[in-house]
Amino acid sequence: MAIVKIPQQKLEALTQICRSHHNQAGELINVLHAAQQLFGYLPAEVQEVIANELNISLAKVYGVVTFYSFFTMLPKGEHPISVCMGTACYVRGAEKVLDEFRRLLKINIGETTPDGRFSLSCLRCVGACGLAPVVMVGDRVFGRVSPDKVPDIIHEFAPEYTV
Amino acid sequence: MPPTNYHLLVCAGTGCRASQSEAIVQALHEALEHHGLLSHVQVVRTGCFGFCEQGPVVKVMPDNTFYVQVSPLDAEELVAEHLVKGRRLRRLLYADPLTGHAIGDASDMAFYKKQIRVALRNCGFINPENINEYIARDGYAALARVLGELTPEDTIAIIKESGLRGRGGGGFPTGLKWELTRKAAGTQKFVVCNADEGDPGAFMDRSILEGDPHSVIEAMAINAYCTGASAGLVYIRAEYPLAIKRLRHALEQAREYGLLGENILNAGFNFDISIRYGAGAFVCGEETALIHSMEGGRGEPTVKPPFPSESGYQGMPTNVNNVETYANIPIIVLKGAQWFRGIGTPSSPGTKVFALAGKVNNVGLIEVPMGITLREVIFDIGGGIKDGKKFKAVQTGGPSGGCLTEKHLDVPIDYDNLLAAGSMMGSGGMIVMDEDDCMVAVAKFYLEFTVEESCGKCAPCRIGNKRLHEMLEKITSGHGVPEDLNRLRSLAQVIKDTSLCGLGQTSPNPVLSTLAHFEHEYQAHVNEGRCPAHRCKDLVHYVIDAESCIGCTLCARACPVDAIAGDKKQPHVIDAEKCIRCGACLEKCKFGAVLLT
Repeated sequence: MAIVKIPQQKLEALTQICRSHHNQAGELINVLHAAQQLFGYLPAEVQEVIANELNISLAKVYGVVTFYSFFTMLPKGEHPISVCMGTACYVRGAEKVLDEFRRLLKINIGETTPDGRFSLSCLRCVGACGLAPVVMVGDRVFGRVSPDKVPDIIHEFAPEYTV
Repeated sequence: MPPTNYHLLVCAGTGCRASQSEAIVQALHEALEHHGLLSHVQVVRTGCFGFCEQGPVVKVMPDNTFYVQVSPLDAEELVAEHLVKGRRLRRLLYADPLTGHAIGDASDMAFYKKQIRVALRNCGFINPENINEYIARDGYAALARVLGELTPEDTIAIIKESGLRGRGGGGFPTGLKWELTRKAAGTQKFVVCNADEGDPGAFMDRSILEGDPHSVIEAMAINAYCTGASAGLVYIRAEYPLAIKRLRHALEQAREYGLLGENILNAGFNFDISIRYGAGAFVCGEETALIHSMEGGRGEPTVKPPFPSESGYQGMPTNVNNVETYANIPIIVLKGAQWFRGIGTPSSPGTKVFALAGKVNNVGLIEVPMGITLREVIFDIGGGIKDGKKFKAVQTGGPSGGCLTEKHLDVPIDYDNLLAAGSMMGSGGMIVMDEDDCMVAVAKFYLEFTVEESCGKCAPCRIGNKRLHEMLEKITSGHGVPEDLNRLRSLAQVIKDTSLCGLGQTSPNPVLSTLAHFEHEYQAHVNEGRCPAHRCKDLVHYVIDAESCIGCTLCARACPVDAIAGDKKQPHVIDAEKCIRCGACLEKCKFGAVLLT
């Protein structure tokens, strides 16, 4: 199987991850978590390596990757933006906040800006419902976000953006 | 010099941390050092106090003073006033919204008055990263009692007698579940903690694991002793990094203290716990799906029987309980079944933790005795509806539950009453909605969730919910016809009757219950092309009332698509063709001149 795109160093790190989980098929989800942390996403090549190492079919790995929303096969932006669409945030106007991000960044949910700076996604409840509506950018949590605060949030990460 | 040894409890739950509680801890340390009090005062990072609306929260013990919306900049003044001069800093006290009076003692706050803390007994009180604080609060005494004095049968009898029912939503009697696993034949058995809190808007499991992880560890050990298991697994959402960190830390401490591992408390009992991570799939809250996910596969449910108590993880007898259920166990063992039965109702003893959120003044995590009414929860504890609006409905049970209305406000809350009222207990999400919420849009919101989360294994759920969602989309965009309502009803019933697992069987509930209680809103959408709550964009039109408009131009400048025209000091006009109905003009107008029709 031709594995061309993964740099040797990262390939070794990946096989090491598999080995540290004893190459057991039952550890697939834990392996995928670690692999996604390493690569940022789970491209087909990475899944192939994992399938070989754990001695399971690529179809099984792909099936698991696509089943869970936490795993992604597309690289995220430098600053991944997640708008909480849990019920508490929804009734406090999260939809309008999401619309404003879409309008200003000109991307849809699940997409990344052409320059790779931002990606946009929804998530279901970070459990900070007292701060609804909540937006996460990377690890940072922004609470009580209204549409007119959206440009400020974007500017904080990309001052040169004209929005 | 302060007369007593003060403790400053700083909430370090996810919510308060998001609003800088870590910086407050640092600032308090600096202020204490400045006043030379470092050796007399302890700053403790605790779990959630529950009053998330007013976070970040700092509590001063022993006088139980509750400071709200504290900023790092307040630290110096707080220390100087309260600790040095010995008087409460009024500016940061919680003001009662009715009287406007500042309340000093937390126990006088309406938010806490009707609460009874059983599962949350240690949350917001102890440092979750220090096992000694848990032990000081009778932690692991229940495990010691069970291992030293009781047989597994005795212990199961206590849990059965207490009447504790599964807090994850199903309400299955916990003691009976343990007994079934104990009686099942198997060379190895497992106990599992379900911490895959998927209901959007519910966060009690996270708060318990963040604020009191040892209570769950202790309960799992008791469970293992009763059922004959030697291994435990916690299945937790990967989206809860802080809970994972605290749980891992607690596991290590428990091992160090010999409370996990070989020959626990010298009783010849071996047990240890490992962690399995979820990866974002709501259906994994279902027992069989959860087990498949722990085995590394897709989290698809399978037909029951066999129940996990006979054939679960790796085909072995497995007992699955939820976090909140576990948190109740140690205190029941210590205080007895009769004590527990003294709280709540005969069919649902004990308390329930609810995540109160939405359009209510006091958003937060509350624990109330079963049998309390919705009115008490929403208006007494919750402080009523935000911005003086009118209460419309409350959704319990998340996407699997239903909405309850004004006429249900005085129904005592327990498993059976909520079911009878067309909703369910669920994991404890409680989302309050007001007059501005469109119930058709709410039903659509939940269906969107179910469509996304359906695992796709069985057709009624995979295809049926998609069709339901399409019909709701059609109605909310103004293309609905009267027959759609009957189509919705009959399809919803088919999905309920024919789906394999709990997700599919309950997914149409939001549609059915909003149809039952708010049919007039559906009617307005399909018959009159009108959304009574002005929430469905395609059915709302923005106009400017020429009489109230003074021509200040604020709206025209706020409009992102230049749809508003008009000269200065002259009434403005909205071009309906251009308008994208974003509502920016409505928010900017100070004269109430922007109207919705």
